[in-house]
Amino acid sequence: MTITKGEPAQQPTAARQVKAAPTDLRRGHVPNDGTAGAAAIEQARSAMLRDTKPTKRSRIGADVVCEALLRQGVDVFFGYPGGVVLPLYDVLGDYPELRHVLVRHEQGGAHAADGYARVTGRVGVCLGTSGPGATNLVTGIGTALLDSIPMVAITGNVPGALIGKDAFQEIDINGITLPMTKHNYLVRNADDLPRVFAEAFHIARTGRPGPVHIDITKDALQQETAVQHPSPAEVIAGLPGFRPNFDGHPRQLKIAAAEIARAKRPMILAGHGVLHAEAWDDLRAFAEKTSIPVAWTLLGIGAMAEDHPLAYGFMGMHGWKHVNRAIQSADLLIAIGMRFDDRVTGNVRTYAPYARIVHVDIDPAEIGKNVAVEVPIVGDAGRVLRALTPMVDATPLGDRSEYLEQLAEWRAESEASSWHGSGAWREGVLTADFVVERIGELTNHAATYVADVGQNQMWLARYLGFRRPNSHVSSGGLGTMGFALPAAMGAALGQPDRETWAVIGDGGFQMTFQELMTLVQDRIPVKIALFDNKKLGMIRQWQEIFYAGNYHSAHLLGPDFAKLADAFGIPAFRACTPDEVDPAIEAAQAVDGPALIWFEIAETQNVFPMMPAGKGLSDLIEKWDGPEE
Amino acid sequence: MSDSAKDEVSARANGATPGPAHSAPPTRALPGSGEVHRHILVAIVLNRPGVLNRVASLMRARNFNIESLSVSHTDQPDISRMTITLLGDDVAVEQVSKQLYRLIDVLKVQDFSGEPTVEHELALIKVRATDSNRAEIVKVAELYRARLVDIADGSVIVEASGSEAEVDAIVALLRSYGIKELVRTGTAVMARGSASIEEALKR
Ligand SMILES: Cc1ncc(C[n+]2csc(CCOP(=O)(O)OP(=O)(O)O)c2C)c(N)n1
Ligand SMILES: [Mg+2]
Repeated sequence: MTITKGEPAQQPTAARQVKAAPTDLRRGHVPNDGTAGAAAIEQARSAMLRDTKPTKRSRIGADVVCEALLRQGVDVFFGYPGGVVLPLYDVLGDYPELRHVLVRHEQGGAHAADGYARVTGRVGVCLGTSGPGATNLVTGIGTALLDSIPMVAITGNVPGALIGKDAFQEIDINGITLPMTKHNYLVRNADDLPRVFAEAFHIARTGRPGPVHIDITKDALQQETAVQHPSPAEVIAGLPGFRPNFDGHPRQLKIAAAEIARAKRPMILAGHGVLHAEAWDDLRAFAEKTSIPVAWTLLGIGAMAEDHPLAYGFMGMHGWKHVNRAIQSADLLIAIGMRFDDRVTGNVRTYAPYARIVHVDIDPAEIGKNVAVEVPIVGDAGRVLRALTPMVDATPLGDRSEYLEQLAEWRAESEASSWHGSGAWREGVLTADFVVERIGELTNHAATYVADVGQNQMWLARYLGFRRPNSHVSSGGLGTMGFALPAAMGAALGQPDRETWAVIGDGGFQMTFQELMTLVQDRIPVKIALFDNKKLGMIRQWQEIFYAGNYHSAHLLGPDFAKLADAFGIPAFRACTPDEVDPAIEAAQAVDGPALIWFEIAETQNVFPMMPAGKGLSDLIEKWDGPEE
Repeated sequence: MSDSAKDEVSARANGATPGPAHSAPPTRALPGSGEVHRHILVAIVLNRPGVLNRVASLMRARNFNIESLSVSHTDQPDISRMTITLLGDDVAVEQVSKQLYRLIDVLKVQDFSGEPTVEHELALIKVRATDSNRAEIVKVAELYRARLVDIADGSVIVEASGSEAEVDAIVALLRSYGIKELVRTGTAVMARGSASIEEALKR
């Protein structure tokens, strides 16, 4: 194994020690007492306090923002200063319970808030200044919208009197975020801040979650105000147009139960909604009572532990063949908290041709949007499952033995025919699926795993073997390259007791690797698995298969990633062959702090099977030796 | 699907164990009847800054085919009424209402198509007129319960109101005199009977 170890600037002396034992109680995201990290934070904090104003001062809009964040249970948020938000930074030192992580780019701040929200189920918060700070947040807000992530994005704007005057760093950010948020606000008066913040958090996390954007003029941050924060009841009363429906209609539940009783080849399709509703136990209880196997969408990963006997697998464009096959032959699909996205259905006309569909979703607009369904149920996944389970008859596994045996047979066949099963790694080729599998094993499947976008994302989804809800973080809807590193930063702060692994391609890594410095400065112990195929791999795969091998712009030069990590003070390890993989992973785990592993993987490995865009789930490409003549 | 067809399902799954060659899998119907009609939706909304922008932006982003959109006050100062006419099939129009419901400022949405309603719009039509045909124009207007609201050298303004079809008809008739300018308010609609959309709470 080639090991390149940087001598990190802020690395504590204990850095080379073996991984912290489980008894090592890291409180929240604060580094251990006595470490250099703790000292650095303490020093920064006291410096901040010394520099800020004395405590005797009146309450201004900026104080309201901090109070509101604390009232909402925010312990950490991600921001970047600028002229119009300086009033806020001026008071932050007075709120030491509120940890501000200074990111290196606002996009990183938004993704970090997103990652934090995904692993905690709480609202993630990010902050940027007006103009470019605000536009830099936009990709992160869009990512959160398409994946229904609860987030509050705060921006400053120019003073109210300058709005509309093309002032310095003025942009109509409200107009920009309007179509990509669940709701947005422009606040010009400090008196409105308590209400707006309370509403924003309520909207972000209630019903189908989503991002809410609050734009605040600089003068609103500076004005004095005595207005108090509203109570939850006042917030709800003030939002007469926001009344999500949580309970499925009893008549629809009855019809669903009857459908389930009739079905011979039923399949549950679990989506992100199961995780949002924290309904994994309800899902398992329902599946076990009815002996119905469970397939999942990309964002439904973790809704069911993959080692459960009824867990069948990941569906869709790069899903398992046996799963797609089972969907195509099912006579009933029970879709819970998923939205029949085109990556899941392919051509709708050929999708699940024999299946009737029960569709449970909290957003009525999702039902009947992409596919016509027989039994629509609007409601929270957990509440619906808890109501439905007592209404269905218990069906022992034995009653479905023929069906389940066939599924098992299909599964064995499809797992054996993938590259993974055929074992190219046994011949010394470092294949990505092998690396993913080893990461899963050596972390005991207990870490948080954050994917970037591209082949690496699909390999992670297919081969890790997830066992725990909210342990998989992936930009599914927007497919945002550069997501993983900053999102992992937020995920690590949200779940400090878990290891956090970011799986990133060489392309995506080169989009946001500036956040490496944030990891170091804030001592966020993310382990980075860099999958370097020296390619925009997914682009190359499409060009190979659909564009006759015209590899324009698919080859991507990268730096010496070990030196790069070293420059940031992050220990780096490198693996080029299968037998170097385990030692590299173990070495990274032993680092007390962030670490990077540079996996130089096979350059032309494809993700199979794959469903060509516009085709159906039965049209999977399973391998590619060039076009058929 | 008949029972025997159902039994075939497992056999033919994904071509794994091919069934009879004649039985190609059925195709899944896309949502909606595909029969496009004109619909009138009324949305009761909170009168907040940007609410018109939100509705218009949603219509554009979701590719909904709207014909007209008008906003007006209601008798409650904080509540406005939007009237949206659009073309689409049943499911498309249902999607529009569901998407509108997702907007935090939208309180109530109702599809008025097929309900007993009063439907009116107002048009102002500036028509070329000479001394010789002015009387004739007055007669045409009277026939349609329209009236002249301005008379000038060489032109008159006709004010017409009624259903969209009625206004279409008078506009068509006046076209032969030469229309210099035309403005139509778009349809205002209200359900007959004592029920009130403003009083009904959001679902
Ligand atoms: C911001 C952004 N730009 C472009 C794309 C299109 N895209 C999807 S996958 C991919 C290639 C990713 O390459 P890499 O990060 O090296 O991952 P790999 O597929 O090689 O694992 C590209 C360019 C995207 N998803 N996001
Ligand atoms: Mg790559």
